[in-house]
Amino acid sequence: MGRTLTVIHALGLLLVMFSLTYLFPVVTALIYDDSTLLLDFLLAMLWTAAAGCMMWLLTRRYKGELSIRHGYLLVVTMWTAMPLFATFPLLLAIPDLSFTDAYFESMSAMTTTGATVLTGLDNLPPALNIWRHELQWLGGLGVIVLAVAVLPLLGIGGRQLFKAEMPGPMKDAALAPRIADTARNLWVVYVVITLACIITLKWAGMGWLDAICHAFSTMGLGGFSTHDASIGYFNSPLIEFVMIVFMLFAVINFATHFLAWHGKSLVVYYRDAEGRAAVGLIVASCFGIALFLWWNDVYPDFLTALRYASFNTVSIGASSGFSSTDYGQWPIFASLWILFVGCIAASSGSTGGGIKMIRTLVLIKQAGREFLKLLHPTAINPMKIGGHVIANNIVFAVLGFIFLYFMTIASLTFVLLISGLDFITSFSAVIACVNNFGPGLGMVGPASNYAGLTDFQTWVCSFGMLVGRLEIFTVLILFTPAFWKR
Amino acid sequence: MKILILGAGQVGSSVAESLVGEANDITIVDSDGDKLRLLQDRLDLRTVIGNAAHPSTLEQAGIKDADMLLAVTQSDEVNLVACKLAASLYNTPTRIARIRAVDYLNREEIFNQDNFCVDFSICPEQILTEHIVKLIEFPEALQVQMFSQGKASLAAVRAYRGGPLVGQPLSFLRTDMPHVETRVAAIFRQDRPIVPEGDTVIEDGDEVFFIAASENIRSVLKELRRMDKPVKRVAIVGGGNIGFRLAQAIEKDYQVKLIEYNKKTCLRLAEKLSNTLVLNGDGTDEKLMQQEHIGEVDVFCALTNDDENNIMSALLAKQAGARKVIALINRGAYVDLLQGGKIDIALSPAQITIGSLLAYARQGDVAAVHSLRRGAAEALEVIAHGDRDSSQVVGRRIEEIKLPKGATIGAVVRNHAVIIVHHDTVIEEEDHVIVFVVDKKILKKVEKLFQVSLGFF
Repeated sequence: MGRTLTVIHALGLLLVMFSLTYLFPVVTALIYDDSTLLLDFLLAMLWTAAAGCMMWLLTRRYKGELSIRHGYLLVVTMWTAMPLFATFPLLLAIPDLSFTDAYFESMSAMTTTGATVLTGLDNLPPALNIWRHELQWLGGLGVIVLAVAVLPLLGIGGRQLFKAEMPGPMKDAALAPRIADTARNLWVVYVVITLACIITLKWAGMGWLDAICHAFSTMGLGGFSTHDASIGYFNSPLIEFVMIVFMLFAVINFATHFLAWHGKSLVVYYRDAEGRAAVGLIVASCFGIALFLWWNDVYPDFLTALRYASFNTVSIGASSGFSSTDYGQWPIFASLWILFVGCIAASSGSTGGGIKMIRTLVLIKQAGREFLKLLHPTAINPMKIGGHVIANNIVFAVLGFIFLYFMTIASLTFVLLISGLDFITSFSAVIACVNNFGPGLGMVGPASNYAGLTDFQTWVCSFGMLVGRLEIFTVLILFTPAFWKR
Repeated sequence: MKILILGAGQVGSSVAESLVGEANDITIVDSDGDKLRLLQDRLDLRTVIGNAAHPSTLEQAGIKDADMLLAVTQSDEVNLVACKLAASLYNTPTRIARIRAVDYLNREEIFNQDNFCVDFSICPEQILTEHIVKLIEFPEALQVQMFSQGKASLAAVRAYRGGPLVGQPLSFLRTDMPHVETRVAAIFRQDRPIVPEGDTVIEDGDEVFFIAASENIRSVLKELRRMDKPVKRVAIVGGGNIGFRLAQAIEKDYQVKLIEYNKKTCLRLAEKLSNTLVLNGDGTDEKLMQQEHIGEVDVFCALTNDDENNIMSALLAKQAGARKVIALINRGAYVDLLQGGKIDIALSPAQITIGSLLAYARQGDVAAVHSLRRGAAEALEVIAHGDRDSSQVVGRRIEEIKLPKGATIGAVVRNHAVIIVHHDTVIEEEDHVIVFVVDKKILKKVEKLFQVSLGFF
């Protein structure tokens, strides 16, 4: 019990800090002179802050150092409690929204998934849109810090990789020795790139509100948009191009960005084997799908095919989830392939979701090692990625992760099938939620959204998002009896 | 010349052996008294027991009068410190250190006069590796040596029936390959040197030494024997310093298998090598050889520390069908015994690395020395100084130079261009002259020939 209370103590403090993030929509409401929303947000802010204060004060006797076990619990409660408090303004502002849907929406935001149950986004008040997008941006930030700074400490599912995978010889020198400093460094990079994204999007033709919102969801690789038609609304190749560039930026480990910025050199990107593979796979898929669509006469000429193929492939491949057209109408190969790329492509330490490229590389190399072992039984062949040796125990951790990943996908799909959804919808919904990219196919395809699901199905999807975002182990470990044993 | 050698290991003792023969005063320092006693029994030199980096030991060894310090102990750090001490405390004119660590070699400023005061650094492992790389690149050759930063090469090859030149007089070379300039520097027939003339007929089994611009080596080789298929597969036994460097140097160009006995060493090797298949096993294990198809490799290199192991695994590989086998053999007696038998090339590390050290010990301005035929013959790259009056070489045609019998001028490197000499080629000042000497006894005369008479200074 004491352990749980210590976690609640820390969580209280986090919630107080979280309440500060309401300031942004509050300011927006002031600017747009929206007094009802202003009140809603101030109220929500107060509630959150009060709840946080109470949790903090009531448990202050249990204040203590957080152990590794606390860490898992804190991370999971953080990622469930924050969406809970984030539902307040949504529930207040949209009266006919059910709690299930509101929780789904804010969970989708915090996990940078980008699946939505809301329709009529174009008519949503600006403050509410800012709030949704800000949550995605915060979720992205949280995920980067989680992946680069916190999870390596917890030693989850091959996460140690990321420490080993900091490119180049300066890996430990530049990223600060303490978590707090590392986190701050990454925040700075994240904020700077986001500002650049806002300005570029404004320059490319968006209004300020749209630019800010879309920059938030681009950098978080979330996928929320202020329009029902997503990016298709703008119908501007320039905006699509800008977003492609920034999404490809966000799909690379932010530690790499930091090192590049810190060392003022682009060589770091080249040395980042994971980022290279991620960007390479996505870009190659863009051209491949463009060719495929062109051959199948989906689009009249290659350039048009390339425009639509590249935006949607990058968007789903990078696990963000914008769409510029209904790719559900494409031949099934193309839409399934981009879902597949989305499962594996994102880098660790980026805002993307899914298996992560580093694990994909480890698995591919492990398969190669098995072949070599059969041909040359005496060969000594350590696993190397980008010139660094990966220890065997990490390979095992990755294998364990991948097993859990597939079991999660399979069992959640079965659960949705039991609930009565068709196969393509349930399978793609689970894929889209666990990998945090948002739109799936069929009923939950880019042309529609998750509003059509029943409450039960919505909860399953919310759970999928949480599990996927927190790298499966972190969540599932709480369900093992051993975790609760002293 | 008074020479002080630090370290009586492989390198130190073979350098000592070479230099003693050339009438130098040698003092050799080592901390191991037994090694020194063995040396002293064989050679006419002075020995001092002690730590080579301690001033008292150095003084005892007579560093104050020494003309040259050769620091060739096992430890880079001892060598560096000894050079530094020699420079700052005793003003020794020439200081040469053996440096193995790449970390040091990559930073030249470590060796300059403000730091460790090393005039020349040599890395025997590196020299040996480069030597083997050449042998793999030219599998037909017995030896390939470079001059002037690799611009000119001297190659040794055994002539076999099937080469167009075999059975023909040397002058035929000119008519057969009008565009390729080369000069046959020496021919050894049944181990006896023949001074080549235009009408000398090359016979099957002759060991032919020729000099050519490096890019022409292959076409000349073609004249002397039928060419084999280019090398694709290489197997190396022994992942020590040399085996590792070799694998690293060639893994991009060939399929390399590296067999190493020690599992920990294997892991370290596999970490550092990206394209080499590292196998954990015994190089003399014929089951492993069979399993890894060692019989089908083009070049097999046995490079462990153990002579007997190297010989055995090389023999096994040859037996299995490997095309060319190379064995690293430290003991001179073994080398003579095995070379040219079943083992295609018996490499003596001492003989190969010694050349670069000898270059500094020679009088005159010698840029490179390569020891050939296990030290019996030598090829020198000498820089000609002075003018027609002060030098016996500069300003003269080749036919005018009074070369001792057994010495041949093969080529001249002038302004980075390789010139194959003819009887009427005139040597100019600052030419790098490549001289081939079939017998070391006449070396002194050759050195003298290139010295500038005192009036010049």
